[in-house]
Amino acid sequence: MQIKSLEELRKIKEDYKDKVKLRSQNEEAGDHTEILVGMATCGISSGARETFQAFVEELSKEKMDDTKVITVGCVGYCHSEPTVQVIIKGQKPVLYGNVKKERVHEIIEKHIKGGQPVERLILSTDFETI
Amino acid sequence: MEKMRMNVLICSGTGCMASESEKVIKNLEAIIKARGFANEVEVVKTGCFGFCEQGPIVKIEPDNVFYVRVGPKDAKEIVDEHIVKGRRVERLLYKDPKENKPISRQEDMQFYKKQLRVALRNCGFINPEDIYEYIAAGGYEALGKALLEMTRDEVIEEIKASGLRGRGGGGFPTGLKWEITKKQESEVKFIICNADEGDPGAFMDRSILEGDPHSVIEAMAIGAYAIGADKGIIYIRAEYPLAISRLTTALKQAREAGLLGKRIFDTDFNFDIDIKYGAGAFVCGEETALINSCEGKRGEPNYKPPYPAQEGYWGHPTCVNNVETFANIPVIITKGAQWFASIGTEKSKGTKVFALAGKINNVGLVEVPMGVTLREIIYGIGGGIQGGRKFKAIQTGGPSGGVLTEKDLDAQIDYDSLLAVGSMMGSGGMIVMDETDNMVDIAKFYLEFTMDESCGRCTPCRIGTKRMYELLNKITSKKGTMADIDALKQLAYMIKDGSLCGLGQTAPNPVISTMKHFWNEYMDIIKDVDHPQGEGRYVPKNKIGMKS
Repeated sequence: MQIKSLEELRKIKEDYKDKVKLRSQNEEAGDHTEILVGMATCGISSGARETFQAFVEELSKEKMDDTKVITVGCVGYCHSEPTVQVIIKGQKPVLYGNVKKERVHEIIEKHIKGGQPVERLILSTDFETI
Repeated sequence: MEKMRMNVLICSGTGCMASESEKVIKNLEAIIKARGFANEVEVVKTGCFGFCEQGPIVKIEPDNVFYVRVGPKDAKEIVDEHIVKGRRVERLLYKDPKENKPISRQEDMQFYKKQLRVALRNCGFINPEDIYEYIAAGGYEALGKALLEMTRDEVIEEIKASGLRGRGGGGFPTGLKWEITKKQESEVKFIICNADEGDPGAFMDRSILEGDPHSVIEAMAIGAYAIGADKGIIYIRAEYPLAISRLTTALKQAREAGLLGKRIFDTDFNFDIDIKYGAGAFVCGEETALINSCEGKRGEPNYKPPYPAQEGYWGHPTCVNNVETFANIPVIITKGAQWFASIGTEKSKGTKVFALAGKINNVGLVEVPMGVTLREIIYGIGGGIQGGRKFKAIQTGGPSGGVLTEKDLDAQIDYDSLLAVGSMMGSGGMIVMDETDNMVDIAKFYLEFTMDESCGRCTPCRIGTKRMYELLNKITSKKGTMADIDALKQLAYMIKDGSLCGLGQTAPNPVISTMKHFWNEYMDIIKDVDHPQGEGRYVPKNKIGMKS
């Protein structure tokens, strides 16, 4: 395709932005919201991959570029997999359990956009991290 | 298109490819596919990350985890542990040599902390073989802005205001060069990209061309618009096969996208670029020799003036700029001259890419703002001297520069202060030497290089460097006398004064500067029975060319 104007160029830029978006570095640590999905064997067998994919798709649809979805290992709550931890800057991390892909929408809408954690999915964390 | 959830960036520059990064890529792709993740995880070949010492580099995004020294056999562990299960592979993380603890984030490494990547902004970030990734990173916007929203004079003014100076070593203001070429009255003008990088140990231009070829193409088009050229040439040495193949791909994609060719951005501006291969002669980095070589003649320099801006390629006004200079242009146009001029020192603006080599811990490619000190580069970014040995000297400016010692380490890096301490910026090669290196041998090494590379056109350089080399050989084989040292010194200044081009004028520099800083090392190997006190002098047989 021949690019003949700045508008056409910018349109291509928009279309392909998704492709390099994952790599945008220059942000300071902690500036963005992080969603950690437990992807150990237990998580995957309970559907963590589908959950993960649902997060990625919904965030990209909503153009929420400052939220990163990251795979992590097992946190030990194998009875409640898939587990998802939401870390918003300046707030205490919230750990959710049993996050099937159908529940992704609710977490994004209520917690990440609205700032209100989805109480009924929260796992009580009784461990300290360093 | 499925949404990718993860990008695995892997360096496919020449350095990492020499350490089998191609096999790593193949293995990663195969294993990711076998695990059924091919639709979620993309393996992206990128340009150089700069940390060549630790190559091959694999970076996983968005997790921001940086793996080093990844061999083909490590691919399975990265996929099974990190990609599938989200567990970091600790043993492949970079370990801070001082504290010996693993670091996973690029930003936390000493090597990257002090760097500011402007010319290398896309190296290690985009796939150089995909024009759309370059566009997604903001590419070709500068060209559009220049063609549609700026006049030719405005483009030149912007570059002049930025204070950008030639990165090939000369340091001539780029905006001024463009202005001079624009002012020439001629129907036909040319713009040439000098990619004939010949300094031993330098690979800045190669890495830019391999990692971000489109930035150079875009900048050449902007330059051509400013000076009024419709034809560009990239003169590149045939020893850079990977850079050539990436450039060829990039040129093809740019033509298909209408960013080269007729009526670019639907304006009256036509422009296209040819690649010319050089045979790798050092002297062809000199612009008049380069133009001669482009024309199919012998790569020999001409007397200047006329400068290429007046009479260059086939007698037409020609603007020759270096690869790194070009790589800075698109950012200056999009972000503005003010932004660029805010980086660096008073007379040297922006950043400079250096290739760190020699006895230093972190060998690689670094880009720093002008004005940092050599000490920061060697001990900060470079991680100090290998094996904990003592620093002795650093050679900047390649064979044309000189050595700098401990006492000059706090000199700021810019064009003028490096000249003031007796070396030069050059194109950006930095070779670090430690206490085990013999400086007379180092001088001999550089002289052997310039002697080989002398084109033979003018006598002082052709014969002079040969004679100097012979004298050095005599001295290093412990047969030299004080008269030989004196002859070497006289000859050095004679070649400096009498040569036609920069190659000859700077060829004796390594000898002169090692004599200045390491006179004792010369004296240690002189066995002069007749003049034990060192008072021997060389008396020429005739006085031609001598100031008596």
